[in-house]
Amino acid sequence: MMQDRMQRILVIGFVLLFFLYLFGPLLVMGITAFNTSAFPRVSPWDCFSVEWFDVLGQDTRLMVGLRNSIFIGFGVVALAVPIGLAGALMLMQVNPRLRPWYYTTVISPILVPGVVLGISTLLFWDRIGLMLGFDTESIFYNGIFLTIIGQSTFISAYTMLIFIARLQRFDPLLVEAAMDLGATHVQTFRKITLPFLKPAVGSAAVLAFLASFENYNTTVFTIVSESTLTTVLASKVRYGIDPSISALAVMIVFLTLVGAIFYEISQRRENRRQKRAAAVARGEITKSTRKEKSFFAEPAFLMSTLVIVAGLGIVYFGGTVGVDECKAAVKEQKRVEVQRRVDKMQKQQMFKSAVEQQAEEARARGTEGYEGIFAPDSLQEHITTDDAAQEDDSAKGTEGYQSIFAPTNLEGQTGQGDQSGQNGEPQAKGTEQFESIFAPSNLQGQTGTENDN
Amino acid sequence: MGIVTYWQDFFHRNGVSVAVFLIVSVGFWIFMMILLPQFFMLDFSIRANVPPPKFGTEEHYYTMEHYKYMIFGSAQATESYNIIDLTVFFRTIFAAIVVTMIDLALCYPIAYYLAHVATGGWSRLMVLSLIVPFWVNEILRAFAFKIIFGSTGVINNTLVAIGILSEPYDFIRNDVALWAGLSYAFILLMIFPIYNAVESLDKNQIEAARDLGSPWWRIHWRIVVPHAKPGISSGCTMVFMLTAGALAAPQILGGPSSLWFTQIIYQGFNQAGNWARGSAYAIVLLITCIIFVLVMMKVFKVKFGEMMR
Repeated sequence: MMQDRMQRILVIGFVLLFFLYLFGPLLVMGITAFNTSAFPRVSPWDCFSVEWFDVLGQDTRLMVGLRNSIFIGFGVVALAVPIGLAGALMLMQVNPRLRPWYYTTVISPILVPGVVLGISTLLFWDRIGLMLGFDTESIFYNGIFLTIIGQSTFISAYTMLIFIARLQRFDPLLVEAAMDLGATHVQTFRKITLPFLKPAVGSAAVLAFLASFENYNTTVFTIVSESTLTTVLASKVRYGIDPSISALAVMIVFLTLVGAIFYEISQRRENRRQKRAAAVARGEITKSTRKEKSFFAEPAFLMSTLVIVAGLGIVYFGGTVGVDECKAAVKEQKRVEVQRRVDKMQKQQMFKSAVEQQAEEARARGTEGYEGIFAPDSLQEHITTDDAAQEDDSAKGTEGYQSIFAPTNLEGQTGQGDQSGQNGEPQAKGTEQFESIFAPSNLQGQTGTENDN
Repeated sequence: MGIVTYWQDFFHRNGVSVAVFLIVSVGFWIFMMILLPQFFMLDFSIRANVPPPKFGTEEHYYTMEHYKYMIFGSAQATESYNIIDLTVFFRTIFAAIVVTMIDLALCYPIAYYLAHVATGGWSRLMVLSLIVPFWVNEILRAFAFKIIFGSTGVINNTLVAIGILSEPYDFIRNDVALWAGLSYAFILLMIFPIYNAVESLDKNQIEAARDLGSPWWRIHWRIVVPHAKPGISSGCTMVFMLTAGALAAPQILGGPSSLWFTQIIYQGFNQAGNWARGSAYAIVLLITCIIFVLVMMKVFKVKFGEMMR
C-alpha cells in the first residue's frame, strides 16, 4: 500500500515536472514581454507595460514578412490540399503491387530534412528556368513561388495522411449506389465523395496553413531575396534580442489559446447534438421544432469572450497607465545606485591618493627636486584611477551591453552624463570614460595632482 | 491485364475530369516536387562548381571532388582528413541520437499516463495543453530558451540567489541550452505516435499480468513496450530526422564554437557561394537519414507502412 502511494506521488511529480518543462519557457518569455527593461528578462523587474507591443507593430520588416507569410500560407493551402486529396484518392486505387512503392514515395518528404527539400527545390526550378530560357526576373526565381512549391512538397504529405484517415471510414458502396441511380462521375465526386471529406478538407487546410506559417528550414533556402515572418524573426533573434519578440510570442500563444477554447466549445456542442439526435432516433424524446441556438449564443462562448475581453482590458490599462511615472522612478533609483557607487569609489580614491601623497612627500623629501616626478610610483595613481573607472564600467557591464540599442538606455546615459557634468568628476564615470578623457577639467584634475607634488 | 486496360479502367471508374485531376496532381507532386528535384540535386552535387552561365558546358564536368572534400579536406590542407567538417557531422549525429533518447525517456511515461492512467476531462485537457506550445514558432521556442539560459536568465539568477553557483554558468557556450531546446522542440512528435500505439492496448492484458504477480517494470517490458513498438520507432525516427536536420535552434542557441551540420550546408549556400558543395553535403545528410530509417526498421522489426501512420 505504502509502495503504491509512493509510486503515485512519483508519477504525479513526473507529470508536473514535464508540464513545467513544457510551459516554463513560454511563461518566462511571456512575462518578459511586459517588462520595460530593454533586455528580455524577469529579474530585475522594471515596470509593467505594453509598450513592446507598440514597438512590434512599428517594425516594418516584420510586417512585410508577416504579409508574405500569410500570402504563402494561402498559396500552400491552395496547392497542398488538392494534391493531398488526389494523393489519398490515388492510394485507394493504385495497383496493390505498386502500393508500397507509391506510399513510400509520397510519404518520404515528411522524413527528408527540410533543408534538403529547400535546396533541391531551389536548384531544380533554377535549372528549369535556365533550360526554358527565362531570366532571373521570372517566376522561377521568385522566392514566394519557390517557397510555396517547396513547402507544399511535404505539407501535401501531411494533408494526404488526414484524407487517408477519413477515407478509411468511407463506404465505397455509396459511390456505386449514386452511379446506379444515374449520377455522372463528376456528380458523384461532388455530391458524395467531397461532402464526406469536407471535415477533413477543413482540418487539412488549417494544418497546411499553420505548417507553412511556421516553417523555417525549407523557407530559408527557397525564399531567395524575399522574406517571411520566420526568416525575419530568425535574423532578429540571431543578432541581438529585445522583448518585442516576446510580445509576438505572447500574441501567438494567446491566439492559440483562444482557438483551442473555441474549438473545445464547438466540439462539446457537436457531441451534445449527436447525443440528442441519437436519443431522438431511439424515440426517447421527440424532435423539438425549436431552432437550435447559434454558436454565438452559447453560454460557454459568451463567458469566455467576456473573460478574454476583461483580461485584455486589465492588461492594457495596467500596461499604459502610470508607466512613465514608474519608469522615471526606476531611472531615479538607478541613478541613485550609480551615484552611490561613484561616491564610494571617490572615497576610496581620496583615501588612496592621500596615502600615496604621504608616501610621495616622504620620498620627495628624500630624493629632492623634480626627479621624483618620473618615478614609477607617481604614475601609479593615474593608473589606479583608470582601473577604478574600469571596475565601475564592468560592474555596469551586464546593463550596458544587453540594452545597448534600446532607446531608453540612451536616455539613461544622457542622464548619467548630465549628472557627471554637475559632479565635476568625469574620470570616475565608467560609461563616460572615453568621452571625457580630453575634457579640460579632467586635465586640470591631473595637473592638480602633479602640482601638489 | 495490360497497362492500357488498367488505365482504361481507371478512367472509367473515376470519369475523365476526376481522373485527369488525380493524374495531374499526383504526377506533378511525385515528379516535379519529389523525385526530379532530388535527382537534380544529386546531379548538381557530382559536378564541378561553376557559375550558372557555364552550366552544361565542358567546364561543368562530373567529379566527386565535393564528397572527397568532406572527407579529406582541400588538397592544400596539412591534415589528411577534413577534421572540422567531419567533427561537426559526427557531433550532429551523436547529439541527434542523444536528444532522441532523452525525448523517448521523457515521453514514454507521459504517453502511457495519458493513455491509461489519466481519465476523462483531465486527459483531454492534458492533450490540449500538449498541443498549445507547438503552435508557437520553432524560432520563438528557441528564443524562449535563450532568455532562460542567458547569463542573467531565470536559471542563472535563481541558482546564484540560492547559492548553488557563485557566478553565472555559461549554458549557451556549453551547449546545455541547445540540447534542452532541441529536446523541447520535437517532443510532441515523440508523444503522439507512442500515445496512439499504447492507447490501442487492451487494458485487460495489463490487469491480467498484474493479477499474475508481475512487477510493473516487467508489465511494461513484456506487454506495453512490444505493443507500442511501431509508435516508438516512428517517434524516434521523426525526432532524429528533425533534430539532425534542425537549423533554427542551432543558429539561435548554438555556442560560438559549435556548429551544426545543417549550418555548414547553409554556409555553403549563403556565404561561401559553393552550391555544389552545399548540395553534396545535403545529399550526405539525406543518405544518413535514409540509413537511420532502415536501421530503425531492422531494429524494431516494423515495416515502413506500419511506422508511418
